[in-house]
Amino acid sequence: MTIRLGVPSKGRLMEKTFEWFAARGITLQRTGSDREYAGAVGGIEGVSLMLLSAGEIPRELAAGRIHLGVTGTDLIEEKLALWDQLVLPVEELQFGHADLIVAVPAAWRDVDTLDDLDAAAAAFRARHGFRLRIATKYHRLVREFLRSAGVADYALVDSQGATEGTVKNETAEAIADITSSGETLRANHLKILSDGLILKSQATLWRSRTAEMNDTERTTLAALLGKLS
Amino acid sequence: MIPTRSETLAKAASLRAVFEAQGAVVVEPPILQPAETLLDLYGEDIRARAYVTSDAMRGEQMLRPDYTVPVVQMHMAHGAEPARYTYAGEVFRRQERDPARANEFIQVGYEVFDRTDPAAADAEVFALISQALSGLLVKPVTGDIGVLMAAVEGLETTQKRKDALMRHIWRPRRFRALLDRFSGKTAVPASRAALLAGNVHTAAPLIGLRSAQEIEDRIEALRADAAAPAISGEQVSLIAALLDIREVMPNALSRLHDLAVDLPAISGAVDRVAARSDALVARGIDTATLVFDAGYGRVSMEYYDGFVFGFRADARPDLPAVASGGRYDALTRRLGQGGEIPAVGGVMRPGLMLELEGVQ
Repeated sequence: MTIRLGVPSKGRLMEKTFEWFAARGITLQRTGSDREYAGAVGGIEGVSLMLLSAGEIPRELAAGRIHLGVTGTDLIEEKLALWDQLVLPVEELQFGHADLIVAVPAAWRDVDTLDDLDAAAAAFRARHGFRLRIATKYHRLVREFLRSAGVADYALVDSQGATEGTVKNETAEAIADITSSGETLRANHLKILSDGLILKSQATLWRSRTAEMNDTERTTLAALLGKLS
Repeated sequence: MIPTRSETLAKAASLRAVFEAQGAVVVEPPILQPAETLLDLYGEDIRARAYVTSDAMRGEQMLRPDYTVPVVQMHMAHGAEPARYTYAGEVFRRQERDPARANEFIQVGYEVFDRTDPAAADAEVFALISQALSGLLVKPVTGDIGVLMAAVEGLETTQKRKDALMRHIWRPRRFRALLDRFSGKTAVPASRAALLAGNVHTAAPLIGLRSAQEIEDRIEALRADAAAPAISGEQVSLIAALLDIREVMPNALSRLHDLAVDLPAISGAVDRVAARSDALVARGIDTATLVFDAGYGRVSMEYYDGFVFGFRADARPDLPAVASGGRYDALTRRLGQGGEIPAVGGVMRPGLMLELEGVQ
């Protein structure tokens, strides 16, 4: 049996992950055609590569179907309740930096903090008859963040993409989303609340706490982690 | 020992029979509840507690997280007065933090809708539940959210500030932060000071539903608030002194009476606590050992606005309350479409009761 390593299956995240492992003497590559999610591992014996969607890697780690996986802190914390009992961060990979933030229209001169957002939400609800809508795909993280900050009278609306456009389209009044440079936010006339940082995320190598291992696999894992750290 | 489901159901049936013997009508509201009502009452927080499902026809539905809301709706729609209801069945609670907590359990409840004597109704619910729990090593705690609400209403400050504090009664940290702000204990954030000084400008185009008028209105409200005098340190310490009360009933009452001298607005609410105490004694409850905690019930569901109580197992701090309840007059107003009626109720968890019987 082998140590199973899960890596994002496409785009920059995959390329950067491959580079990060290559710099440590482990070559990862895709095999077969570009559409096939199979891979090969060089530089060490007994490790197999699974190419997976970054969003599925948390679940696979939690279920113990992979021993190691690369994905963002944001996805681990959003998708896994009690994540620290299921997975262990091994190494931060220093790329894929992104912040999960709360943003409102830049024209809202009166709103700079969560305190302001709460007060604006109360007035908005009284005026419009429904709660101030915040578009996001990170429901759990955003709800917990706003609850601990004591923000009330808001409703989360689901947005799986182009979240920055929801305010202009009037399907939401504010957003909570991942941003790396803030460029897209500015282009969409949005600003980040000064205390609106929910989570700082980056691509991270995680180890499953639940995946089973025999002695051979344990040795392989130790050798692999030795090369990576 | 964790009891089996059939043992729990048998226990639930016998508890419900106790309430039926008091003249309560058995009600069985549906498991699926329209999500809209619950979202409207609790906001987004309910999604962390209740399971949501949906279909294309009825939209979002929730698996009932408790019985109180559907029972109130049913009573307000076509209930006769006065009324006593009882029920037994599953409630569902989403668990995201503690895997040891049940996400589905049996609840037995008793709800009283009666205008004649609220103190007696409070005592009736508490005493019946207390009797049903007799023999178990559980301890009750009582409180009264109405006293804190009266104290807030009695503060010498603007109505807007009182409303803001009232809105966050059930979020103690936020409440504290607001009180610190209104009393000048925490400084005005730099961004707000700049805004009030007229130094915040933006060239960004206004997008979204919130209008320029709403922004101007809020800035105006902030200006008015900045001009209003701070809540005095004396008043803030009176609130702190109130929240600090955690004593057996006779001592708590004497401290409440003392506070009412400086905070006359709470007199009516304190009289209600005293009347309830007498009603409890009349029901055979030993109030000399009964704890009254003025801050109790502030982190639970936000519909209780008067008497609150809970029973917990001494030896099992890991377990949730075995029984809990309280008065929810305001909920009947919100769900009553113009009507309202004083109402009080409580629930027990037969599964936990059996578990405790097993270890004793």
